[in-house]
Amino acid sequence: MLSFIVRRLLQTLPIILAVAAIIFVLFSVIPGTFASSMSDDGRSVLDAEVMARMNKEFGYDDPVYIRFGKYIADLATFDLGTSFRSRQPVTSVIADRLWPTAQLTLASMLFAIAMGVPLGFIAALRPGSWVDMVSMVTAVSGLSLPKFWLGLMLMYLFALVLGWLPSFGYGDGSLRYLILPSIALGVAPMALLARTTRAAVLEIMNADFVRTARAKGMSERRVVQWHLTRNALVIVLTTIGLQFGTVIGQAVVVEKLFAWPGLGSLLVDSVTLRDIPVVQGSILVIVLLFLLINMLVDVLCAIIDPRIKYS
Amino acid sequence: MLKKLIATTALALVMGGVAEAQTPRSGGTIRFTAPYGSSFANLDIHTSNRAQDEIWAKAIHRTLYNWDSTNNKPALELATSVTVSGDGLVYTYKLRNDAIFHHGRAMTADDVIWTFTRLMDGTKAYPGARYIRIIKGAVEVEKGQAKEISGLKKIDDHTLEITLTEKVDPGFYFYPSMLSIYPADEATKESFNARPVGLGPYKFAEYVPGSRLTAERWEKFYKPGKPYADKVVVSIIGEAAARDVAFRNKEIDASILGPTQYVAYKADPNLSKGILEVAEVYTRVMGLNPSFKPFSDKRVRQAINHAIDADLIIKRLNKEKAYRATSWLPLSSPAYDSALKPYAYDPEKAKKLLAEAGYPDGFEFEWTATSNESWGIPIVEAVIPMLEKVGIKVKIKPVEGTVLSEVARKGEYQAFIWSLSTGPDPLAALKCFHSATPQSACNYTLFKNPEFDKLLDEAGAAADPEKQIANLKKANAILYEEAPMWFFNYNKAVMAYQPWLKGLQPNATELAIQNYEEMWVDESSPAAK
Repeated sequence: MLSFIVRRLLQTLPIILAVAAIIFVLFSVIPGTFASSMSDDGRSVLDAEVMARMNKEFGYDDPVYIRFGKYIADLATFDLGTSFRSRQPVTSVIADRLWPTAQLTLASMLFAIAMGVPLGFIAALRPGSWVDMVSMVTAVSGLSLPKFWLGLMLMYLFALVLGWLPSFGYGDGSLRYLILPSIALGVAPMALLARTTRAAVLEIMNADFVRTARAKGMSERRVVQWHLTRNALVIVLTTIGLQFGTVIGQAVVVEKLFAWPGLGSLLVDSVTLRDIPVVQGSILVIVLLFLLINMLVDVLCAIIDPRIKYS
Repeated sequence: MLKKLIATTALALVMGGVAEAQTPRSGGTIRFTAPYGSSFANLDIHTSNRAQDEIWAKAIHRTLYNWDSTNNKPALELATSVTVSGDGLVYTYKLRNDAIFHHGRAMTADDVIWTFTRLMDGTKAYPGARYIRIIKGAVEVEKGQAKEISGLKKIDDHTLEITLTEKVDPGFYFYPSMLSIYPADEATKESFNARPVGLGPYKFAEYVPGSRLTAERWEKFYKPGKPYADKVVVSIIGEAAARDVAFRNKEIDASILGPTQYVAYKADPNLSKGILEVAEVYTRVMGLNPSFKPFSDKRVRQAINHAIDADLIIKRLNKEKAYRATSWLPLSSPAYDSALKPYAYDPEKAKKLLAEAGYPDGFEFEWTATSNESWGIPIVEAVIPMLEKVGIKVKIKPVEGTVLSEVARKGEYQAFIWSLSTGPDPLAALKCFHSATPQSACNYTLFKNPEFDKLLDEAGAAADPEKQIANLKKANAILYEEAPMWFFNYNKAVMAYQPWLKGLQPNATELAIQNYEEMWVDESSPAAK
């Protein structure tokens, strides 16, 4: 098991390097600098001398290969650089946003799992029934609803009409503030999980070992518990792992709408204002989280299903 | 006589009633919003020139001057009086002796000198350096040739002499929050970036990055009885639709409105009672690059101004949330010339001018624009058929705001559309068209006109304010005639406010920037306690 984890961790290194190189190249070729972003509102024009000094201070004057070398060297020491905008270490800027992002991601995935998996299961156990129809219509709708629109509707209904929940903000970080954004973010993975679970259960229900179990006279409850659930769980877990990464990436829209101070809104702000070190750092952290979650899922799958070998 | 007495008494009663209704109430929380998209840069306001950051800075910090929204001009803030030398270059300030920093120490001239010297640190790129550069010896510090700004002289703890390099009104230079006065002792500590200390009406309490900043009443603020509220919470809500829901749900006390919301709020009998409109010092223009041959001809530029029905666009797309522009200087500028009439919509005249300029069949150009709803691609798309009517074809080049500012400074465009600051100082605003101003500063259209330069130089040297204004009006009229741009509109900033929020100021420089000590909430506010 340990060697499996170490091997997987080592496998992430070239991925991280490739991602770092791609981000660096992309943000080296797109036009605009942090200095030019400071007068993008037309309000305050930066004079040429301040802009030149800013470009020098932030290393824009250096050739690309020198900047890349420095970037990789810093990365090797876990130094993500200094934010152009806040003039603070990128690690501390990202650290401020990690917990809200973790809260939102976990809450939305909990919602997705709690709703999507049972919905898919029930639909699969009664294929073609009205339960199946309703749950699949819900799933397809959930996948197609734009998050921004859904978020606004949730705000309108639960904050403005019913007055149950606050419409925006982080507040004290309590559950009240978390509910609406996590539902807005969790509906799409919930829908996907429902469909995946249904498909997985239906496939396993027709498998030879399930037929054998039934032929042996095993009760339907035991068949579902021992054979269906355990085998479907591997597929469901893999989907959950992939969805975790997607949700972190898709949180941008929801964070912006609900004024939630997560990594997604930090990333968008930083791209707009060309705060390149923060952009690079945020993307790397998101990629790293995605890889770690999926590694964890692989380990869990291997524990659940002994047929999966660590080797 | 009796009638007159009754009328006078009635008027006095009414006025008394109004005065009583307007008596500021102490306590409660002002729940303000920072609406301009991004989160705050950091808690060192010297590093940011963005309005979004100035919104929180006004609670915690203060500058030598402040913007007086009522009289629409800068006013002394951290000084009680100033005397000016005969040549208009030496200003002697009597600094407040009751301005106490939030860590308990009184402000002295040393703090002002330390702050201004910090801003000129040549190894850093503080955006405020451009304003301090008008002080004698500041450039030498910036270049590392001197350690002290020679034009700053401490007479005593509360008397400061500032020598300028040119004759300008320093009020326009020293009021932005990026020039906030820091405590020399405290600001060098690392903790300052996490817990800023200032001279403002509220002291820092909490900052949740990307979410909100909270500040609490500073009991030793130098204006007696102020601030009124116990707390100010500035929440970052960039999305207009989310702000709209939060405002209607009474979670925030004020909200900046876009064109769509402006229409909806005006139509609502309740919401329409709380709308503050201000002609801000922003002019929306289409800059025409004279390096692109057709635009080097004045008649072509005038033809474009005649070919576009700006009034129709303002009505249909800006939803009347803008004022028709005549020239560069906006309505709220002291040098605005109301006698000047905007270019009339006259396609026939436009065609005639184009033919005279040698373009009877028109031409094609590339128009760089952002996606901004009030002065971006939606406006360009409305203009395209109007220009096509006179034979001019347009290709849109969509860019981000960051890229727009870069291409305009470098002249890498044929035409651009942008909202540009045109105040509050009319002299500084017009200097953007002085031939000595480089394109990289703000002379984006490489304007060059000897008569214009002369008028501006004379205005700068004029001792008589009336003569100065007269000169600036003439210079503005030259811009109108020369039409280096299509003058589209002046921004009408609109803020919706809840009925319990009082004391908002019509700040023409940026409506979202408010002096919180002037504001209070009455007992009907959900955050009155």
